[in-house]
Amino acid sequence: MAVPILKQRHHLIASIQSALSDQDLLGLRDDLARLVGQHRALGVIIDVTALDVLDSFATRTLRAIAYMTKLRGAETVIVGIQPDVATAMVQLGLTLEDVLTALDLEEGLALLDQRLEERHGSQ
Amino acid sequence: MAVSRDSQVHVRIQNSADIVAARQQGRALAAIAGFSHSNLTIIATAISEVARNIVEYAKEGEIIITLIDDASKKGVEIVASDQGPGIPDVGTVMRDGFSTGKGLGIGLPGARRLMDEFAISSVVGTGTIVTMKKWVA
Repeated sequence: MAVPILKQRHHLIASIQSALSDQDLLGLRDDLARLVGQHRALGVIIDVTALDVLDSFATRTLRAIAYMTKLRGAETVIVGIQPDVATAMVQLGLTLEDVLTALDLEEGLALLDQRLEERHGSQ
Repeated sequence: MAVSRDSQVHVRIQNSADIVAARQQGRALAAIAGFSHSNLTIIATAISEVARNIVEYAKEGEIIITLIDDASKKGVEIVASDQGPGIPDVGTVMRDGFSTGKGLGIGLPGARRLMDEFAISSVVGTGTIVTMKKWVA
C-alpha cells in the first residue's frame, strides 16, 4: 500500500497508515527521493505511529531515506515510534544512529523549523 | 503435547507481503496466550526477522506458530523452516553483523535476543529450521 505524502510549507509529511511490506518501504524511499526535488522540500517527516513493528529491514530503510534526503538537501525526522516498538528495537540491537527523531508530528515540525533557523542563522 | 487446530497457524512464506502476514497472525495467536502488549511486539518482530531470512536466502518456506503449555507456564513456539541452500557455518551467521545478503546481519542473532529459547539447525543443500519460544512471564 502506497504511503500518502503531503506537503506543508517547506516540508513533506509521509503519514504511514498501516503495516508496510518491504516493497512498500522501498516505494516510500523512491517517492521521497523524487518528491524532495519536485517540491524543493527542506524537511521530511515520516510518521510511523501506525507501525506495530520496526524490524531490521524497516530500520535500515528509514536510515537510508534520511541519508538520501540529506544528500538532496532536506532533513528527515522520524516521529511516532511507539514505546513497545522502541523496546523491541533496542533488544533486537537496532539503531537509527544519527537520524533525527521526535515524539510526534508536532514535535517533529518544531524540530525541523529549529534546524532550518539554525541553517539560516549560520549563513 | 496436544495441539488443537485453533492454537496453531501455518503461514506460507514466499514474498515480503507474507512476512507481514506471518507477524500479524503470530501476534494475534500469541495474544490468546496472555502476553503483554510489549511482548507481543517483541514476538512479532522476531517472526519478521526469521520470515525475512526465508525470503532472502531460501525464496520460500513456512512458519508454524503454536501455543504451547509446559506444566505451569504458557507460551508460544515459532518454527520457521525452508528447503533452501542451508547455512554452511551456523556459528558465523549467529554473530552480529555477519551477512551474505542485503541485510544488516542482525536478523538471527537479534531474534535470539528477543526470544527465551532459540535453536537453529541447518544442512547444506537441504534447508534450515529455526525453532524459538517465548514464555508468558
